[in-house]
Amino acid sequence: MSSIKGSRRRGIALHAVLVVGLLLSAFPFYWAVIMSTHTSSEIFSYPPKLLPGSHFGENVRNLLDSIDFFGSMWNSLLVATSVTVLVLFFDSLAAFVFAKFHFPGRRLLFALLMVIFMVPAQLAAIPQFVIMAKLGWIGSMTSLIVPAAANAFGIFWMRQYMQGAIHDELLDASRIDGANFMRQYWHVALPVVRPGLAFLGIFTFMGQWNDYAWPLIALTNPDNVTLQVALSQLNGTHGTTDYGMVMTGALLALVPLLIVFAIGARQIIGDLAKGAIK
Amino acid sequence: MATALDKPPARVADDPRNRPRTGWRKYWHLYAAISPFYLLFLGFGLIPVGFSLYVSFHRWDGLGSMEWAGLAQYRYLLTDTDFWHSIGNTVIIWALATFPMVFLAMVTAVMLNSAVRFKNVYRFAYFLPNVTSVVAVAIIFGSVFSTNFGLMNALLQAVGLDQVAWLNTPWGIKVAIATLMTWQWTGYNAIIFLAGLQTIPSELYEAAKVDGANPFQTFFRITLPMMRPVLLFVLVVSTVTGLQSFSEPQVLLQSTANDSTYAGGPGHSGQTMVLYFFQQTFDNNDFGYGAAVAWGIFLVVILFSIVNWRLVQRRGED
Repeated sequence: MSSIKGSRRRGIALHAVLVVGLLLSAFPFYWAVIMSTHTSSEIFSYPPKLLPGSHFGENVRNLLDSIDFFGSMWNSLLVATSVTVLVLFFDSLAAFVFAKFHFPGRRLLFALLMVIFMVPAQLAAIPQFVIMAKLGWIGSMTSLIVPAAANAFGIFWMRQYMQGAIHDELLDASRIDGANFMRQYWHVALPVVRPGLAFLGIFTFMGQWNDYAWPLIALTNPDNVTLQVALSQLNGTHGTTDYGMVMTGALLALVPLLIVFAIGARQIIGDLAKGAIK
Repeated sequence: MATALDKPPARVADDPRNRPRTGWRKYWHLYAAISPFYLLFLGFGLIPVGFSLYVSFHRWDGLGSMEWAGLAQYRYLLTDTDFWHSIGNTVIIWALATFPMVFLAMVTAVMLNSAVRFKNVYRFAYFLPNVTSVVAVAIIFGSVFSTNFGLMNALLQAVGLDQVAWLNTPWGIKVAIATLMTWQWTGYNAIIFLAGLQTIPSELYEAAKVDGANPFQTFFRITLPMMRPVLLFVLVVSTVTGLQSFSEPQVLLQSTANDSTYAGGPGHSGQTMVLYFFQQTFDNNDFGYGAAVAWGIFLVVILFSIVNWRLVQRRGED
């Protein structure tokens, strides 16, 4: 009846739906935790186990015996961090240009970028390997970092974001104040799009952290691989796979990602609402 | 690429800034700023892609010498029922995943935007699925959709329904893959939509409120039109990534595939275009035909992206 009571009821309904969504998106993680605390034979028993078991320690020991978990984690960290820093810089710079400046060939170059974005990665994989071998990069982290240092996805994302977030009046004002191109980029554009950058940074880090196909091809030395490749080595021959151990590895591999995500999420949450959008 | 960002060589006595800027001099810094991407693409994209085009006109097992084949690979591609079958599979899986995903993501974003409390908790939780590696997700979903021991069938039994051999029927496979993709990407897209929602000036909503607009009118007259660039982004990315799906069916159907890890399950009903590419290239060692398949995939992806782009753009123009 009263509008306050109505809005409170609507608020409760809203949160009820949101909580259902939350449970749906969290459930497979719960399931993974369940799997990582059981032996393989327990996992495939019926009825399915719904509560955690007591074999987590055993699964961890098996995991550390099977692969160089921390060594490969360090490799992943190195690659993902380097790529993220490079991508944030190169992509936001290019996106700023495409979003806010006019120059001959702009439409053509952007269309080319979008076409590049649509090229399946598999198309180039084999020749790419040949080129890397010629450069002597195969087996080193350089072969993962350099080709990923700028990408079409990030430029597209930042451009879409910048078009809405950076107002032309702001740029005009800084131009009148004598700011050159790099100053406009660094002092006007970047502060405004920090939430967009945080998102791109998290996404890039995640993508690199979880990348599997290319590191598998490029890192030929089995002692020097990234985490996902190391994990895939666990998922060996059919029938003998120790699912409890594999899930334990997958869960532990998630920890650094969660930390990065938690840091980045605060960045997004802190700035998105305020922004520079007035 | 570092040099591309440097200033041009030593400045001559008369400062270029004092001269009227024309052509290259006027725009050089803009070209320099976008050049790293294009230089990297040249070295690690264009040249490899060009080589793959060259390969597609040959017969090549990847090791021996190449033999010129002209357009034979492409002629065969057009009549290859297995390839068309994989296109059908990919498009069905993509549609089964994308439409529920975009709808759910939009609804979630609008709800998140109006929720005052626990916003950050929801946002964090909804994004989590996308953080996880596809390999792990596929293993989890493989166990959830397992015929004999799976949670999904345990659930169906509990409510008195028949079991479904999810990973052994043509539609079951597609539903399982699409469910996995929807689960992994809905929250991600919801966060993107939310970012878009928050760039809409609140004055617009206040004005709508003053004019007495109901929530639906507000959504269709203000929110949706303002969200057009974001919606476009989501659709294009979903199309490009969805039509190139590989890891999901590969890992999910690995254990049920009888002849190859790239077969896509019984009857190839989960074989996507990219899985087919891998099968032709690495199982059959037919690099020439594999390259032609990759170009076919590329054309399909472009075609779908253009259709999507046009649809969304046109809706915004009226």
